[in-house]
Amino acid sequence: MTSTTDGGHGDTATRRDFLYIATGALGAVGTAAAIWPFVDQMNPSADVLALSSTEVDISAIAEGSSITVVWRGKPVFVRHRTAEEIETANAVELDGLPDPQTDEERVQKPEWLVMVGICTHLGCIPLGDQGEYNGWYCPCHGSHYDTSGRIRKGPAPLNLEIPPYEFLSDDVIKIG
Amino acid sequence: MSLQINNRFLRWFEHRLPIISLLDHSVGTSYPSPKNLSYWWNFGSLAGIVLVVQIVTGIVLAMHYTAHVDYAFDSVEHIMRDVNYGWLMRYMHANGASMFFIVVYIHIFRGLYFGSYKSPREVLWWLGIIILLIMMATAFMGYVLPWGQMSFWGATVITNLFSAVPVFGESIVNWLWGGFSVDNPTLNRFYSLHYLLPFVLVGVVILHIWALHEHKSNNPLGIDIKGPQDTIPFHPYYTAKDLFGLGVFLIFFSVILFFMPNSLGEVDNYIPANPLVTPAHIVPEWYFLPFYAILRSITFDLWFIDAKLLGVIAMFASILILFVLPWLDTSRVRSARFRPVYKQVFWLLFIDVIILGIVGAKAPSEPVFSALRSFQYVDLGQIGTAYYFIHFIVLMPLIGWFEKPKPLPKSISEPVLEGAGE
Repeated sequence: MTSTTDGGHGDTATRRDFLYIATGALGAVGTAAAIWPFVDQMNPSADVLALSSTEVDISAIAEGSSITVVWRGKPVFVRHRTAEEIETANAVELDGLPDPQTDEERVQKPEWLVMVGICTHLGCIPLGDQGEYNGWYCPCHGSHYDTSGRIRKGPAPLNLEIPPYEFLSDDVIKIG
Repeated sequence: MSLQINNRFLRWFEHRLPIISLLDHSVGTSYPSPKNLSYWWNFGSLAGIVLVVQIVTGIVLAMHYTAHVDYAFDSVEHIMRDVNYGWLMRYMHANGASMFFIVVYIHIFRGLYFGSYKSPREVLWWLGIIILLIMMATAFMGYVLPWGQMSFWGATVITNLFSAVPVFGESIVNWLWGGFSVDNPTLNRFYSLHYLLPFVLVGVVILHIWALHEHKSNNPLGIDIKGPQDTIPFHPYYTAKDLFGLGVFLIFFSVILFFMPNSLGEVDNYIPANPLVTPAHIVPEWYFLPFYAILRSITFDLWFIDAKLLGVIAMFASILILFVLPWLDTSRVRSARFRPVYKQVFWLLFIDVIILGIVGAKAPSEPVFSALRSFQYVDLGQIGTAYYFIHFIVLMPLIGWFEKPKPLPKSISEPVLEGAGE
């Protein structure tokens, strides 16, 4: 920092330069600290965060059917897959997939497929038992998912998301 | 043409706050306007009037509306059925939004045709684009408030656009929502901002008019004002012309308002929002359709950018490119009247935007012609999108260089009064 106009010290930095910069820097930090609460208040609040797990009884879901449960305000598909669906999902070559994942990586028990029912394109809810791969089909912009919920065709970039879940017993899962 | 104040009280007041002369210089006898303005120059003041209508009806609706996911839909029905003249207020507000966009789009195309964006009016043009962007944000958030199916899913799809942002996408979307999906916090903040933004709009409109008055209106000839012989005072000449135009516009508005108030809306929005069922066919309001078509036309990856992000970039770029239009257009001649090639290309752009609008309303995989099933709306949308950007990035600079403009008149007055422009 040089200054030739404010004190006659020639080319050397003056005390005043230091004070200007120090004041400006502290002011900037203070302003940022004051703005942050106004930005952060828009983030999910404590009560929204508190509702972050859901327990589901899956004993009543017949093979070949699925239910939709709500987790964090989002639909979660729980599907009791048939042997045929599992077989089709396993037979897929990974090379051609937009988001390569084996079926094994997507399930804890092969007959239970648990995933967030939100299209990874722009957030619509895909329809079950539809589409060219007999999995899910998103009516908004035409994305096709297979029996493992993997994206096969259309604008969506990723497979349907697998939420964190665990089997509390054979009949009950806890999502979240 | 200076103002003469005869009333003693007004003279006393003016001495203390010179607001009467301010108004006179802004929209009165002391504001000289080009004498040749056509009816295409009515749409700026019309837009201002519609903004006032929107604010007045909006304030009234806010007295009866409840911004909560459990009550929002019902409170809108309460306005429609129970509140005195509530139906009128709501239909004015909902259709007023459409009117606002019709008027503003005509205003923008007027500017494009007559070169109103060119030097020295670039900042005026920028402020206009900012107004358009704020209008779009306001209209989008307003559409969410009735909490119908289209409200909910429109909000979901549009806020999810931000999930395309690399790395921070999900955090941004959760921040916008105030949760993990569109829900009550989202509705509340949209309501707050929907009430705020129109007043921000008023502020930017004032800047827009300020910038306008610095260099005065452009005109159909696109040439500068050479002297007082080229102008007439805004009042009474253009106040009268604007009032006549307002009358015509209000007839048009009334026909829509009283005879077909739901024609511009989506029936699905009369179904309460259901976060577990997406409507089979999601479409935005008509005024967003061309941009929606551009968003959906990007179905391919480019280098490291995936299709989803690229679509979002293309959609925003389609508006942001207008900011640099004054420099992309290399022609010094403003008005298309004297630009034989640009004049044709202008209409091609207009048709292109209409086609994109049609594409935006259709399902992407639907064939355009029943005889040719392989040519789908998504293909037409890609052609339309490509042409849109070619118009601005390629044609505008090239035409400016190669086109031979027709000779310009010496002044605004000269074609009418020979020698008056000397």
